[in-house]
Amino acid sequence: MSHRFLATILNSDKVKIGILLKEGPYNHQAADTAYKFAEAAIKKGHTVDAVFLYNDGVINATNLTDPPQDDRNIADRWSKMAKEHGVEILACIAASKRRGITDDIMIDGGSITGLGTLTDIAIRNDRLLTFGD
Amino acid sequence: MEDNVKKIMHVMRRAPHGSIYTYEGLEMILIMAAYEQDLSIAFIGDGVYALKKNQDTEGISMKGFAKTFMALDGYDVEKLYVDRVSLEERGLTEDDLLVDVELLDSVEIGRRMTEQDVVIHH
Repeated sequence: MSHRFLATILNSDKVKIGILLKEGPYNHQAADTAYKFAEAAIKKGHTVDAVFLYNDGVINATNLTDPPQDDRNIADRWSKMAKEHGVEILACIAASKRRGITDDIMIDGGSITGLGTLTDIAIRNDRLLTFGD
Repeated sequence: MEDNVKKIMHVMRRAPHGSIYTYEGLEMILIMAAYEQDLSIAFIGDGVYALKKNQDTEGISMKGFAKTFMALDGYDVEKLYVDRVSLEERGLTEDDLLVDVELLDSVEIGRRMTEQDVVIHH
């Protein structure tokens, strides 16, 4: 996803946005770029409907991560965004089962759902943006 | 076409078994196929290997899923585009592929990408 393309969307008329995040936290830039984009979109007055986590992206939704104090806390960031801005944080159930992500360790504001929900997100939003390798 | 039908293209870009992207991508496609959207799949770069005949995954302890691509037709996913140059660069021809595809130049695949409401890469 080029930054120029993302800037075009940010500066467009108000749109409803779904996000598909396909990479895990810390290992890959995608989790940070997706968050930064969502944050900027909300600030610009766009609606961020949902962040759907797929592939290793589901690891963004575990509350077991404990990064060093001086680093960003990716899981907390998503949780805060869910609570403050009503953004649904959704982990794919099939991808979660492979990777040990369960309801018991889900961040506040996050939940586990199926790929049908991703399809709904694609249908009901003006844009579905994919972040991943 | 109804307003709520979206044009969704999945882009397969990797060899099928070096990572999980192709397999989980295929799982995503199979679910989306039940929602009667206008789906297509483009195979570019190493993604063309996903469709190669005679794959044998026994030695790598992984489930073979190449044949699942043959089932897509039954889910009304019929728009399979393969990048001609990617195929040629890998010494393959259409005869090496498990399913009927549309061979396209990369410019044409790019054009079709721009027609989509959603593009999801795997």
